[in-house]
Amino acid sequence: MDLTSDINCPPREVVDVIQRDPVLMMNLLKLVNSSYFGLSQSVTSVNHAVVYIGINTVKNIALLTAALGVLPRKNKAGFNIDDFLLHSLSTAAISKTLAKKVAVPERELSDFFLCGLLHDFGKIVFTNFLPGEYQKTLLVAKEQGLPLYEAEMQVLETDHAQVGSLLAEKWRLPSPVVECIKNHHCRDSRQQLMTDAVFAANQISKKTGTGYSGDNIVQELPDKIYDLLGAEDIENVILSLGDVTATLDKSFLRQ
Amino acid sequence: MKIQFWGVRGSIPSPGAKTVRYGGNTTCIEVKTDSGQTIILDAGTGIYPLSQQLLSVMPLTCHIFITHTHWDHIQGLPFFLPLFISGNDIRIYGAFDPLLQKDIGDVLRDQMAYSYFPVRETELAADIQYTSLRERQTTEIGSTLVTGIITNHTALNFGYLIESNGKKVFFTGDNEELFNIYSPEDDSYEEYNQIIQHKNDFLHDFIRGANVIIADSAYTSEEYLAKKGWGHGTYEYCIEMAKKAEVPSLYFTHHEPLRSDDELDRIKKQLEARFSSSPGTPLLYMAYEGLEINL
Repeated sequence: MDLTSDINCPPREVVDVIQRDPVLMMNLLKLVNSSYFGLSQSVTSVNHAVVYIGINTVKNIALLTAALGVLPRKNKAGFNIDDFLLHSLSTAAISKTLAKKVAVPERELSDFFLCGLLHDFGKIVFTNFLPGEYQKTLLVAKEQGLPLYEAEMQVLETDHAQVGSLLAEKWRLPSPVVECIKNHHCRDSRQQLMTDAVFAANQISKKTGTGYSGDNIVQELPDKIYDLLGAEDIENVILSLGDVTATLDKSFLRQ
Repeated sequence: MKIQFWGVRGSIPSPGAKTVRYGGNTTCIEVKTDSGQTIILDAGTGIYPLSQQLLSVMPLTCHIFITHTHWDHIQGLPFFLPLFISGNDIRIYGAFDPLLQKDIGDVLRDQMAYSYFPVRETELAADIQYTSLRERQTTEIGSTLVTGIITNHTALNFGYLIESNGKKVFFTGDNEELFNIYSPEDDSYEEYNQIIQHKNDFLHDFIRGANVIIADSAYTSEEYLAKKGWGHGTYEYCIEMAKKAEVPSLYFTHHEPLRSDDELDRIKKQLEARFSSSPGTPLLYMAYEGLEINL
């Protein structure tokens, strides 16, 4: 809000704020990829949106979203939004770093970031639209020591991956992004490197205790990630990422 | 195809002794096709003198394409006299407003709300139809094709390519050169450059084959240093764009409101001296009210 009311705010700072917030990001991409613009290709990063529709329009979309209320920090489900944002953001940063590490081309890195940022977006839907049921789900996961998506299946008969991907599909995000959100709990996708990277980033984020997204159960990383990095276990992978912590610290300090 | 300029000024009308020769009205360009269709690009204050001329051709069918809805591109529309006369068929096209979720008709109707104008849009006698366009959507007007592409401005802006009887003209609307928002040492710098490159290629491919570009060239490159991000082009950038798209003729428009006739003459001479010997430089023209291009 402060940034968008400053006429001289540097564009990169606007981009920085949007891409650290899953809701601003989802709203921006929803609008930019909507038929109103009819762009000939899908837009998956804020930078891409800025080049295609201009910083002022991007800034105003962000302002509109922010004005409508980004994410209430308190909700009836008792889901901690600050911790959730931290988890989303760290997963995004780790996913992008992993991709860079295994020589994914520069132009595709933003998709790895985006999928990391939005992978748990379905939880926001539950928190906002089924707060009572979701409170129960969180309790089930905690009491039975289940991954949150299994508890969701038990209580809600669907999970956040399914719901998040349906929303991403409805908002016309590119199909690899939709698939990645849908499959981000499948170890070894055997198809998309992006899904494996987000899976791994999700585990690393939990392992390092960066934020919290409903459970702390860390699963084995996909074989493809081990192979590509020449690592044997998650600790090795974390070590090989090296500077990712520095990147994270930088982003968090500026939040 | 005959193209005529009725308004060449940007931002705000600029009447006065220093703008007599080039004119002080804001953007409006008339395109008359060989088969007699009337297409109007933007409805700045220049559309008012145009409308007086069109009074002699009633009943009128015309197609008005709005690049974007900033005032200097729509302010003349409530004074477009054919709107008040029954039997005229006026089609108006432009972008959907993604922020306010309004189509082009709603945005333009708002301009005629009671607070701003004595006649409400619903009181107009002509048959008026509005069409919100998507990028690269082609409108067929007889055998003439009009297609929009999003250019870089502070509002959603369409540059329009008109193709008629084998000739093509492209009008940028308001358009600034894309620039990298990062510093070379930043992680995202290279990625951003690639996106810019892609978008520029997309624009140049779209324009290639045009006979004429009419381009927003509000600033000199020296002035631009203080106006970066304001959504307008420089003379130098427009020349570069025409060269890349291999277009032989370039018309500069959207003149700064404070730019005097003498200054425009001087800038044109300087540009010709600097660029005319450089290979691929198009013929350079400074647009003025009344200037006609016959293609």
